[in-house]
Amino acid sequence: MDLHRFANPARFMRLSAAILPWCGAATATLIAVGLYLALFVAPPDYQQGEAVRIMYVHVPAAAMSSVVYGVLALASAIAIIWRHPLADIAAQSAAPIGAAFTLLCLVTGSLWGVKMWGTWWVWDARLTSVLVLFLMYLGLIALWRTIDDPARAGRAAAILTLVGAVNLPVIRFSVDWWNTLHQPASVFRMGGPTIDVSLLIPLFVMGIAFTLLFLTLHLAAMRNEIMRRRVRTLLLTQAERA
Amino acid sequence: MDLGPHAGFIIAAYVTAIAVVGLLIAWVVGDYFAQKRALADLERRGITRRSAEPRPSGVKEPA
Repeated sequence: MDLHRFANPARFMRLSAAILPWCGAATATLIAVGLYLALFVAPPDYQQGEAVRIMYVHVPAAAMSSVVYGVLALASAIAIIWRHPLADIAAQSAAPIGAAFTLLCLVTGSLWGVKMWGTWWVWDARLTSVLVLFLMYLGLIALWRTIDDPARAGRAAAILTLVGAVNLPVIRFSVDWWNTLHQPASVFRMGGPTIDVSLLIPLFVMGIAFTLLFLTLHLAAMRNEIMRRRVRTLLLTQAERA
Repeated sequence: MDLGPHAGFIIAAYVTAIAVVGLLIAWVVGDYFAQKRALADLERRGITRRSAEPRPSGVKEPA
């Protein structure tokens, strides 16, 4: 299959216009179902009580903060190797969404931590590496906005993104490598999840809902970026003709 | 629904989630209309892509 065929911006605009309403509808439905399960169906935890309900927004946001950076790193690698403009657009459009998920993870984690740990924040390896991830996202957004030429900005941002990708395994394994206040992995781990299935099902529904939310927002943001670049090209062409 | 003694923190977490997702959606939708307006404005002023312009007579379409 020739993937370059699908990476054509004009073709992408046509395909995404057809997919986007379905993605949006699926996202809204799953978020509604997920919220219902998380707030009304899932039982309280035997230790944490009702506070465990924060998990249903914190864990999917945390997972997406890393997944989105993974998407960004993959798109950056493709942009550097094949110099494909759509890969560059994919990376640029994913950064603000990733930053929002990471911010949500940090805030909800803090709200959860103050009740369970007795503190809003500790400089342990997991929390600090996620804060570094948030700062990486902000740095990338700033870099794209600083350099006027999208091609040059894209190359610089792609290199920075790939360097920053070293933080992903640090985030994932920080709870195993160092002694942290944050608990070790309890969902995606060898030997299966340690969470009861009654809590796990709403968590998976919310996880899929957040993934679809990212897909919908990413497609829409990519379409916007393609239009922005068209506007820029037209204005430059007009300036050259004048 | 009784959220117990941690109700304030649980509600704050969900309100934050709604606010962050709401702002993301507003940003994407707002940006879409801004770009669409900008493109329509350029088209109205007759500024279009070369590929969208009518070809002069005698010039063949590219294969």
